[in-house]
Amino acid sequence: MKKTIRELLLIENTQLNHDNFRLVLQSDAELPNMVPGQFVNVEISQATEIFLRRPFSVMDTDAENKTFSLLVKILGRGSKVLTTYQAGEKISVILPLGKGFTLPSANEKVLLIGGGSGVAPMLFLAKTCGLDPARVHVLLGARTKADHIDVNAYKSFGNFWFTTENGSLGEKGFVTQHAIYKSKLSEFDKIYACGPAPMMKAVAADARSAGVFCEVSLENMMACGFGVCLCCVEKTVSGNKCVCTEGPVFNVNELTWQN
Amino acid sequence: MAELGIKIKDLFFKNPVLTASGTCGFGEEIADFVDLSVLGGVVMKGTTLKPREGNDYPRMAETASGMLNAVGLQNKGVTNFIKNIYPNIKDISTNFIVNVNGSTIEEYVELAERINELEKIPAIELNISCPNVKEGGMAFGVSCASAERVVKAVRKAYDKTLIVKLSPNVTDIAGIARAVESEGADSVSLVNTFLGMAIDSKTRKPVLSTVTGGLSGPAIKPIALRMVWQVYHAVNIPVIGMGGIMNATDAIEFILAGATAVQIGTAMFIDPAIPVRIIDGIDHYLDANQYGSVNDIIGSLQI
Repeated sequence: MKKTIRELLLIENTQLNHDNFRLVLQSDAELPNMVPGQFVNVEISQATEIFLRRPFSVMDTDAENKTFSLLVKILGRGSKVLTTYQAGEKISVILPLGKGFTLPSANEKVLLIGGGSGVAPMLFLAKTCGLDPARVHVLLGARTKADHIDVNAYKSFGNFWFTTENGSLGEKGFVTQHAIYKSKLSEFDKIYACGPAPMMKAVAADARSAGVFCEVSLENMMACGFGVCLCCVEKTVSGNKCVCTEGPVFNVNELTWQN
Repeated sequence: MAELGIKIKDLFFKNPVLTASGTCGFGEEIADFVDLSVLGGVVMKGTTLKPREGNDYPRMAETASGMLNAVGLQNKGVTNFIKNIYPNIKDISTNFIVNVNGSTIEEYVELAERINELEKIPAIELNISCPNVKEGGMAFGVSCASAERVVKAVRKAYDKTLIVKLSPNVTDIAGIARAVESEGADSVSLVNTFLGMAIDSKTRKPVLSTVTGGLSGPAIKPIALRMVWQVYHAVNIPVIGMGGIMNATDAIEFILAGATAVQIGTAMFIDPAIPVRIIDGIDHYLDANQYGSVNDIIGSLQI
């Protein structure tokens, strides 16, 4: 898929909770097909301290309206400025970037685990994986209820489960302590995870010991997003790989996390 | 439409805008964004005799108006380049330049000999200024004596256009430039990155795995411009300028300071199509100021 730099129109910026926003961007020309796990690199040129683009996973696409949406969680100065953009502003975006998740086959049962901004690709995957919703289980973790975003619009695509550290929504604890995870991991054919590194590492270790196929989407810091700066590398069993072009999705067996 | 063509020794460039090593891969990686044949040249990712894994992650830190990198010359080695990359690029109509690195003089020489065999590679950029490797790299570029030794040895082994990439991490860059000129360099390119560091005050740890890294971007432009100007007045060979060029105006400033050509580096990460607009911008500037050729403004700074 050819990568392009586009000036896109921000048509919506909705605050979802205290630190999460949904940005919807529209293109004049037809958008390339983008799949869950792929990302875009957004220019936020408002201050000298925000020099580089910022990568965001695609949360949803709408080919008919030539739009796609991003989940922007305020993590630092770049994301903070981006969330102040108003509908009607133009934003330069490089897309599509990276490789997506391996989609499940028809009769498989899948577990999608998301935390933080890693919720975005999981929602997109739930929506587009093509499975009967009964076979799709989405497990989302956050610190408190207030840190979760409203996912009602996605609930018809699967079974949703939640954890919070204080028990204010769903089960109390981390995603790896949830009942559907603890008791039934080996019942799943494929596990997908995106979120904070400790969460993904824990999921990867459990999936490996249960012998279940598992892919994670990494968020390593990058300068370019298209494979020239070589800054975002992740150590793999076959050497350093660029998260931006050879990922961001990796099978956990490729990673060296177990060492 | 002014004449944009320039020459480095006998090598013709259709315009003075090249992409800098480490910011454009081997050309193929940016081909989605820019027609490579429009560029004056492509200086490819630093290449070594043997494959290198580079440094551990994190290798990058964003800083005010710039960034630090500590990639450490990750590359698959010259044999891979010759076998798997060279065949794909050799017929594209621009100057593909190999950025040559070594940890010993012998390695630089052997690599230069291998590249010398490649018909469609008209030049090498001898990198004696990489700040991110433990052995070789910048060590060769910070004293006149060591810079002379490596250039002298490579000059014997390499008969095409030899560009030497200089480090700014020296007290007298003009002295180093004169030293490499005296040993037969056809051109000098400057500047490589400035040694810098970033600290995370929350964790009280360095941001980069290597503690220090190379600073690039607009933050370094005034210093790079000063060094290009000093070197231009110190040597008789063409100077290739770089350091924080983000647009055509920046590029023109380097040419006015004495650069025959410029390289676009960190700006490529943000807009890999920027070289085309810089070429157009230089053309417009020449037309608007009634210059017939870019050569008319090289070093034409009015003092």
